Amino acid sequence: MDGYNGIAIRVRGQVQGVGFRPFIWQLAREAELCGEVFNDSEGVLIRLAQPVDADAFVRRMREQLPPLARLDEVILSPCQLAVSPEAFAITPSVGGSANTRIAPDTATCAECQREMTDPKDRRHRYPFTNCTHCGPRFTIIRQVPYDRPFTSMAPFPLCPRCQAEYDNPADRRFHAQPNACPTCGPQLRLTGPQGSELAREDDALQQAVSALQAGEIVALKALGGYHLAVDATNDAAVMRLRERKRRPSKPFALMALDLTMARTLAHISPAEAEQLQSAAAPIVLLAPKPEGEIAPSVAPGMARLGLMLASNPLQHRLMALAARPLVMTSGNASGRPPCIDDAVALEELGPIADKLLLHNRAIVNRADDSILMVESGVPQLLRRARGFVPTPIPLPPGFEAADGVLAHGPDLKNTFCLLRRGEALLSPHLGDLADPDLFSAYRHNLDHFASLFDFTPALRACDSHPGYLSHQLAEQLARESGTPLMPVDHHHAHLAACLADNGQPLDSAPVLGLLLDGLGWGGTDTEHRLWGGEILLANYRHCHYLEGLPAVALPGGDLAAKAPWRNLVAHLDAACPDWEGRTIPALARLRQQPLDLLRQGIAAGLNSPKASSAGRLFDAAAALLTGVFELQYFEGEAAMTLEALAWQAVARPDAPLPMLSRPALSLNPLWQTLLDGLEQGATPAELALRFHQELAAGLVGRLVHHAQAHGIERVALSGGVLQNRLLQRLLLQGLRAHQLLPLTHAQVPANDGGLALGQAVIAWARHLEGHNP
Amino acid sequence: MTERITLAHGSGGQAMQRLIRDCFLTQFDSAELALMEDQAQLPLAPMVEQGDRLAFATDSFVVDPIEFPGGDIGKLAVCGTVNDLAVGGALPHSLSVGFILEEGLPLEQLERLVRSMAETARAAGVRIVTGDTKVVHKGSCDKIFINTSGIGVIPAARQLGARQVRPGDKILVNGTLGDHGAAILQARGELALSGTLESDCQPLNGLIEAMLAAGTVHAMRDATRGGVAAVCNEIAEVAGHRLQLKETTLPIHPQVRGISEILGLDPLLMANEGKLVAFVPAEHADAVLAAMRAHPSGYDAAIIGDVSTTDNPQVLVEGLYGTCRQLLMPVGEQLPRIC
Ligand SMILES: [Fe+3]
Ligand SMILES: [Mg+2]
Ligand SMILES: [Zn+2]
Ligand SMILES: [Zn+2]
Repeated sequence: MDGYNGIAIRVRGQVQGVGFRPFIWQLAREAELCGEVFNDSEGVLIRLAQPVDADAFVRRMREQLPPLARLDEVILSPCQLAVSPEAFAITPSVGGSANTRIAPDTATCAECQREMTDPKDRRHRYPFTNCTHCGPRFTIIRQVPYDRPFTSMAPFPLCPRCQAEYDNPADRRFHAQPNACPTCGPQLRLTGPQGSELAREDDALQQAVSALQAGEIVALKALGGYHLAVDATNDAAVMRLRERKRRPSKPFALMALDLTMARTLAHISPAEAEQLQSAAAPIVLLAPKPEGEIAPSVAPGMARLGLMLASNPLQHRLMALAARPLVMTSGNASGRPPCIDDAVALEELGPIADKLLLHNRAIVNRADDSILMVESGVPQLLRRARGFVPTPIPLPPGFEAADGVLAHGPDLKNTFCLLRRGEALLSPHLGDLADPDLFSAYRHNLDHFASLFDFTPALRACDSHPGYLSHQLAEQLARESGTPLMPVDHHHAHLAACLADNGQPLDSAPVLGLLLDGLGWGGTDTEHRLWGGEILLANYRHCHYLEGLPAVALPGGDLAAKAPWRNLVAHLDAACPDWEGRTIPALARLRQQPLDLLRQGIAAGLNSPKASSAGRLFDAAAALLTGVFELQYFEGEAAMTLEALAWQAVARPDAPLPMLSRPALSLNPLWQTLLDGLEQGATPAELALRFHQELAAGLVGRLVHHAQAHGIERVALSGGVLQNRLLQRLLLQGLRAHQLLPLTHAQVPANDGGLALGQAVIAWARHLEGHNP
Repeated sequence: MTERITLAHGSGGQAMQRLIRDCFLTQFDSAELALMEDQAQLPLAPMVEQGDRLAFATDSFVVDPIEFPGGDIGKLAVCGTVNDLAVGGALPHSLSVGFILEEGLPLEQLERLVRSMAETARAAGVRIVTGDTKVVHKGSCDKIFINTSGIGVIPAARQLGARQVRPGDKILVNGTLGDHGAAILQARGELALSGTLESDCQPLNGLIEAMLAAGTVHAMRDATRGGVAAVCNEIAEVAGHRLQLKETTLPIHPQVRGISEILGLDPLLMANEGKLVAFVPAEHADAVLAAMRAHPSGYDAAIIGDVSTTDNPQVLVEGLYGTCRQLLMPVGEQLPRIC
């Protein structure tokens, strides 16, 4: 022998706070091995005394891994054990835990659910049960290491029985930091809208359920925020929520007890079922069943329902008692960010809710419900928050050394991104930084993430839009801290996020990018700096403009993003100047708008910059073909309504879609087609479909052209407009028909919520190339 | 044939003497100017009686067009410096004026502008005591540029300045916002508006004296270029406080509101030439407001917000249902940012 008497197994990944050490302890005991296991700053270290078949041990470890554990790296090396151990033990943690992962919040496991329904179990009906396999994580963590005193469970000392579970490696709750029971854990409280207490504990829950069944609005404290709940089958109740929330039309998300209940409401594919039941338990966008009993005012005019399953113990209990689907929308007042603080919740939700079901465990980190859709079998995240954050996103080959990069993200749907030890850490979805509370939450989160993950930025990236608040803050912080700052053009960032999402290596050859979104600061290749419908040729480092949609005025600047008719004027004036002479009923309402002043503004260049925006093109078409004309009550309302309308004209939604073939996209004939169609009596649904088909056909035509010209086969598709499933499907179908390989988003949103990842990888790639900002 | 300014009018020779005598001296009606010395000599004694500090301000004026509804560049040049002096609590005393004239400017138009300056100075109770004229080649400037500088006397008891602003102060304006900016757009022919929108160009020293007589004022600024937004951001930064404005309380001329709603322009960012923003302790706010409303330059005065403590100085605008937005220091043109 060589003086070593043992084997050390170094394990990195998500291995702390997920029952990993007791799992190893059990594994070692079963194999009658001697040694130890402990947490350290790198993850977990296992030491096994010789003789041992370490390879077999690692194999079993991989096979039987606890549900929340994720292995990034397992390294074996010989080691010296000081005293020959006579058994296997879990020994005290060593060092910090800065380099280990924090787990996301996780849906209640089957075993915890079973206990809740077992009248003999001491946690029968207890709405805060959890174990090492499930429960709150990210949303309760104040600081690392992840130990109870550093979480919002700190004020709840463990009772002797919970402590015994916590200390017993054979128990499912061994070192479960949020471990709790009715004796020692958080408790429910039901209050009226002014905060007066109505009931406690299970009474509180029962009364909340009765209120819901009676059509009342109940605010609920969940994991990463509050919800407003109401009976989803009661139209009057849903309408009341709309009035009180001043939310006329934005669709509400629903919660079902389980998959069985969900299937009565929507068509659910196996892939969608898998997502609904996943540990992250996101909202999944589903095709509603017409015979479902959902109130019409839940998602008026939408092609999809947003639905999630009960995923925390409180929700399981509530949904089981309510025995019907509930609207479960985020708990915020109109125009206000979701609250996480009880006092704020009472102030802002009190006027909306009839009752508030609260509890005494604080929410430390806000995490909204995540949203995803399964398109062509691929789950695509549209909002990445609860259940996903802060799980790192692996970076493609070539980024192994990426470190110290902070990408500040966009202004809307803000998330920011840290590149740290070869991984990307994306913050949870925040929202529009123009809101002063969100802006200060943004500043706070930047610091909070830096401390949680022991991160100091050495290089910053931000959007190149000079008017973005994130841009201005990044400039200020870069100046104050002396870190270099790299501004990144909006659509290059979208494209790079898509590349990284698809694991494209750092040094891959350039790809084509099709970038379709509302608006972003573009490069100097065009006179107009506001892009939103471009074909680019790019890799992580460089980005070349090939062509884009024609630039059309945005009359009123940001108002154009809110009022679809403004874009219709701009587009029709540009494409069919004779439109006012046409006898089309749909144009009558447009003629009644203050066209003169608007046109003078456009002519004088008064707050009417030109932009090549696909989003505004959709808005214009929606203003012509749908009822969303005057004002969008929520972002994307016009485009989503247009898409829903177009689907009505699709005979077989699951079959290949009828395609057109066009060499190029020309807007003038497109608008002529739509106006002619209206004159000749075509239905709005047919024309909405035609609009999608023409747009997809023209874009595919140009992409095929550029692919041939540059000898490229990969096409990255990104930008918020790609959330339009009809357009996305038409584009994919068209590209594949020409043997091109489309890259779409999956782990990060195609919308601005994924932008920070793109900014970060571009900054790192340029940094490696020696590009100094 | 209209007589026009030629390079000779700036040569120092006879043409220039004639211009000064016939145009400037007759209009400005100023003893110091009439002496035609290289400087104006101002006795100190009467000033010392009025106060213990001299206020001194300068501003240059370029505007297209040079005549517009409600004013012209001459009136603007007098009001601008008078107001810069007065918002510091000074009693405006005398002004200098420097003209840069473009070759070819009709003499008759110059005379009109000079007359307007003289009338405005009389209305504001200040005298133009020294001046200078240059003529530049056609194309070297746009018709006429004017610089005015002025001095005023600050009474001993007055201490106004951004650093005096305190949490709890109310924020007041003396009338409708953005009138000047909108009037200029109209005058340029960029917007053909029906109605009678006029620039608010006016001297504010009379109004300010009435305000100071009614109560304590911590600070005042005239909200010219960059509008109320620029003023509020400067004050927030210097004073280190949060300024919160209420959108619904902003006085806005219906026509300006109409233009703003259609073109997406923010009246808070639009230029004024006769509007001040005052920071008044809450207990004096009503009295000061009443004094403003009793004055012809403050009919539409309003309390538009208040000051509070913060560790992050900023200006917020509260909308209809309590929604809030940050009002930033204007950076060039408004750029859309909604993706
Ligand atoms: Fe975007
Ligand atoms: Mg000034
Ligand atoms: Zn569990
Ligand atoms: Zn307990």
